[in-house]
Amino acid sequence: MLAGELGPATALGMRIVIAMAEAAGAERLIDITGAHIDGCLYHGPVGLGFAERLAADEAQVRVPTTLNVSALDLLHPDRVRLAEPARSEARRQMAAYESMGCRPTWTCAPYQLLERPVFGEHVCWAESNAIVFANTVLGARTDRYGDFMDICAAITGRVPAAGLHLDENRLGSVVFRLSGISEGAPGHEAFWALLGHVVGARSGNEVPVIVGAREGVPEDHLKALGAGAASSGSVALIHVVGTTPEAPTRRDALGGRPPLRTIDIGPADLRDAAAELTGADVSGALRAVSVGTPHLSLAGFERLTPMLAATRIHPDVTFYVSTGRDVLREVEAQGWLAVYRAAGIRLVVDTCTYITPVLGPEETLVMTDSAKWAWYAPGNLGISTVFGTLEDCVRSAAAGRVIRDFGWLDV
Amino acid sequence: MTLAGWTSEGRPLLAGVASGIALVLREPLSFWGGVEPATGLIIDGHHPAQGQRVAGRILVMPHGRGSSSSSTVLAEGLGAGTGPLAILLGEPDGILLLGALVARELGLADCPIVVIGAVWQQVRDGDLVSVAADGSVQVGPTS
Repeated sequence: MLAGELGPATALGMRIVIAMAEAAGAERLIDITGAHIDGCLYHGPVGLGFAERLAADEAQVRVPTTLNVSALDLLHPDRVRLAEPARSEARRQMAAYESMGCRPTWTCAPYQLLERPVFGEHVCWAESNAIVFANTVLGARTDRYGDFMDICAAITGRVPAAGLHLDENRLGSVVFRLSGISEGAPGHEAFWALLGHVVGARSGNEVPVIVGAREGVPEDHLKALGAGAASSGSVALIHVVGTTPEAPTRRDALGGRPPLRTIDIGPADLRDAAAELTGADVSGALRAVSVGTPHLSLAGFERLTPMLAATRIHPDVTFYVSTGRDVLREVEAQGWLAVYRAAGIRLVVDTCTYITPVLGPEETLVMTDSAKWAWYAPGNLGISTVFGTLEDCVRSAAAGRVIRDFGWLDV
Repeated sequence: MTLAGWTSEGRPLLAGVASGIALVLREPLSFWGGVEPATGLIIDGHHPAQGQRVAGRILVMPHGRGSSSSSTVLAEGLGAGTGPLAILLGEPDGILLLGALVARELGLADCPIVVIGAVWQQVRDGDLVSVAADGSVQVGPTS
């Protein structure tokens, strides 16, 4: 491949894979069974130039490959306010990746697609929340890959034998012990988002192990945990003892070794996390709510739909829901879309509300149930955020002002 | 200019030569959501170095953090001329390496990346730093 017998694109891909292997000290490469590409999101001319160079050199992926969010909503084009020439360039970048044989899934939650990797499979996934989900929940193996490596791995079918592909690097090393948490708190998705925020910030480059949660934590809660942890930190795998596949017991999660640190997490830590994810002044008029980061799942729609059916959204509030086009199709098949039309909900697909201009100029105070959204949106969009539960997001959207109740943390 | 300081043998992830003034970040920085490629300005409101610029500096930090898109944001900055001259890290980081690799492959800019281990903590903001192709790093006060 390196010699160019499979064309210049494969040779370029292999040069990059090998440079990554050398950096990681890997002695060999391993075959992957799939890839998820984050590089399809337009940031500027360099990302576009790289994609178009590969496409011009007739690169083709060697493994099934899905695409992350883009900067555009192809199903509702007018919902994205991206100006020219960025708009056309963003579309060209998407087309370049499609031409290489990637599936136009345009979602940051590829684990919500019908086909997803299974336990033990080696894949190359980029997009931090997808990486942590694949490792944590599916037990598939991906290292923390960035843009460019994703497509290079897809067109060569190889990754370095390093990082989280290897057994020894998957063992937990820092224990987070839930302590003084109310019985009901882990039933709230927001609990897991806040816990993720704390775990990410305090794990450094270690693999965290969470103990003290009841068995069988649902996928959406683990998704919120991972997305929060991969935003405040560089976490790519979390063991939740009693739930995740490599952590039936604390001993399994740690590989029998003592942890480097044990950190107790109580309600006060989670309140602090909520405060860190919330701007200084939330007393003004609430003009927007954004949920669905990472993309809302079908189970998420199942929760949200009856709440919206029973609520009248305040006329000055825009309520955004981001999801993938495949999930949206399922929502339509369930017959739920009428509720969203009646409530005036703005559904956003193929992209997300904090990576491309979607919000209106007056939407400067925005409430969300996503730790990831609350972490990144202030820097990306220059707005102020409020973190709250999904229930509080809906309640606040009806009132046109922020209503929050974290009493469930203590009760 | 004379250098009266110290040297360290680093491991180059991307070998190259650079020399400039250090910008030392005690906290890891995610380029995506953390740096504006058009200006090189640190925009992450959670980061203590918010408001500083990575442009034209030797960036020193413990390790990378956060989003996969940091590769692209670094490459875009290098393409726009607002990127760092080199990056010195305490621990290897593949995501930053990718951004610098692609900028080199596309002929846009050369941004060596060198892992120097725990001595990153001894580099002071404003130190003059020279990076050699073998990964050796020379650090001294600017005046």
